[in-house]
Amino acid sequence: MLDVDADFSTKQTILDAILAALIAWLFFLPITGVLLDGYAVQSAWHQPFVLALIVFYARCLIAIIVHTDLGKRLFVGKGHYAGVEVVDKTNAHWHWLLVIVAIGFVFPFFSSKYWLTVAILALIYVLLGLGLNVVVGLAGLLDLGFVAFYAVGAYSYALGSEYLGLGFWTALPFAAVLAASFGAILGFPVLRMHGDYLAIVTLGFGEIIRLILNNWTAFTGGPNGASAPLPTLFGLEFSRRAKQGGTPFHDYFGLDYSTIYRYILIYLVLFLVVCVMTMVVVRLRQMPIGRAWEALREDETACRSLGINHVVVKLSAFSMGAMVGGLAGVFFAAYQGFINPSSFTFFESALILAIVVLGGLGSVVGVIIAAVVLTILPELLREFSDYRVLIFGMSMVLMMIWRPRGLLPQRRQAFRRT
Amino acid sequence: MTEPLLQLDKVSASYGSIQALKSVSITVNQGEIVTLIGANGAGKSTLLMTIFGQPRASSGRILLAGQDISQIPIHQISSLGLAQAPEGRRIFARMTVEENLLMGTIAIGDAYLKQDKDKVFALFPRLKERRKQSAGTLSGGEQQMLAIGRALMSRPRLLLLDEPSLGLAPLIVKQIFAILKEIAKEGATIFLVEQNAHHALNLADRGYVLANGEVRLSGTGQELLANKQVQHAYLGG
Ligand SMILES: Nc1ncnc2c1ncn2[C@@H]1O[C@H](COP(=O)(O)OP(=O)(O)OP(=O)(O)O)[C@@H](O)[C@H]1O
Ligand SMILES: [Mg+2]
Repeated sequence: MLDVDADFSTKQTILDAILAALIAWLFFLPITGVLLDGYAVQSAWHQPFVLALIVFYARCLIAIIVHTDLGKRLFVGKGHYAGVEVVDKTNAHWHWLLVIVAIGFVFPFFSSKYWLTVAILALIYVLLGLGLNVVVGLAGLLDLGFVAFYAVGAYSYALGSEYLGLGFWTALPFAAVLAASFGAILGFPVLRMHGDYLAIVTLGFGEIIRLILNNWTAFTGGPNGASAPLPTLFGLEFSRRAKQGGTPFHDYFGLDYSTIYRYILIYLVLFLVVCVMTMVVVRLRQMPIGRAWEALREDETACRSLGINHVVVKLSAFSMGAMVGGLAGVFFAAYQGFINPSSFTFFESALILAIVVLGGLGSVVGVIIAAVVLTILPELLREFSDYRVLIFGMSMVLMMIWRPRGLLPQRRQAFRRT
Repeated sequence: MTEPLLQLDKVSASYGSIQALKSVSITVNQGEIVTLIGANGAGKSTLLMTIFGQPRASSGRILLAGQDISQIPIHQISSLGLAQAPEGRRIFARMTVEENLLMGTIAIGDAYLKQDKDKVFALFPRLKERRKQSAGTLSGGEQQMLAIGRALMSRPRLLLLDEPSLGLAPLIVKQIFAILKEIAKEGATIFLVEQNAHHALNLADRGYVLANGEVRLSGTGQELLANKQVQHAYLGG
């Protein structure tokens, strides 16, 4: 069983293992190598050594295992070759799709309030993932400040209701348009940038938006945040007593008051928006603009020579992604009822990017699955709250070893017009 | 005499402080195959890309059928009837062969898509076999075929090719040149940049020799083949 294949190189394995052990040693040195004893500091130099030794052997073991037959089947997933899979149109699993959508729609009527709120969060991240997937996955523009558009969407609902009296339903298109314009605003200065430079500038953009929200106290409420009204349904309100001049939902239908109704409403609208956006993104990929995004990702010079206006294509990718992010922001504000800048930190951008990368750059289904997993996983790990982030991080590392090109690598839709 | 299809009139271009083209004048007439040869770094690829505005000509005029195209927006140049198979092929690696061909039609729309795709597949049967494969996984020669095919999809009046023989086996080079001949017979005008001077000059009606960003020699293909300097420098004779 432990017959290694021809690719296995002992020297390489040992070098890798030494490197891993060295990194582990450096990493553990300040963490476990120093003991606090009252006000004094004691060194416990042997601990990092032991840990590094464990890492060394573990790394060797991994190298051996992935080179055996069994290991290859277990760990080296389909994602290891560089090509792109091609699917035939006929492979689309229609009925399964319908079943999933149907389950999605009836889910809130059987769910507890807790799981309903988890599902809402998951769907918000699905939306964010879909949006960023257009920018990073399809157009290949590495955006580390995507949270900015999420914030713009959330704040356009909260502040829009405060200053303009916008309700939930008008806030949706309003936030979409506003976020899309912010996408274009970001797009212009970075038209000529690629890769690392683009990443840095977008990172800065995300921080700038957050800092403005944080410091412009007179307008945004600063760190104290802003409150967002509850959504209404044809004038019916979801609070205990009508505050926006309508009738409370539970009174109208003669039900007992419960906060679950508002979550059901948010969930259903959100689920609908997610379905529509998924369809839009899938369709766009087969339309000229979607192809142009992908072509731009592959080779900008060639695109321009072929007649693609790279300005229009790039700005449309940024705007499209931002619009979806903005919509997610509205749902987030409606769901929380209150927002402040601390919800829109770089960590959030990183998480969304993790969703896109983990799902498989450019793959819509993969991104959806990754978003759901990455929101539900931390919930399941609440028991181990001290180790949550650690387990989260480790499972991501393992995922990337197992499927380096993401859960479901992007598949090419077979050409349709033949 | 009729107006030339493409005329470069004292064109200069530079990358920052490096001047890559120095007052280059070149003429390509309707229906001709014209080749441009020269050593590494002579400025051949720069000349091709300057026609496509990347980099822009710093002085001089680039006339396409009499119209100066040296200042028009880059993405509009292809819709005037120019197409190129650029240096390094620049195909879209993670898109399929067919999608790459589709991208070639951007300048003219997809009205002739099916027809032209069949034509390209007839010229390059290998591409047809691999139509649903992602382009990055094609062999070097197949990628070159795809680059030429993609350029043909826009029905160009003038096809510009940058070293189509680069890195290919002699047999494939022969095939590609045979196909170029075929394309030319159907009335296309071809401007061919080549290192493979022997093949190129044999195929071409006329040729130019570029050195250090300047045109050194010009003449018919046969004249250049017979030229002592050319033989010495580019034909290893
Ligand atoms: N993007 C660039 N930036 C700076 N200098 C460049 C750039 N591209 C080309 N050059 C320089 O311009 C000169 C001409 O380059 P060009 O690519 O046109 O040569 P070439 O004749 O096509 O050579 P080869 O046969 O090797 O392809 C070279 O000296 C090259 O170093
Ligand atoms: Mg060159």
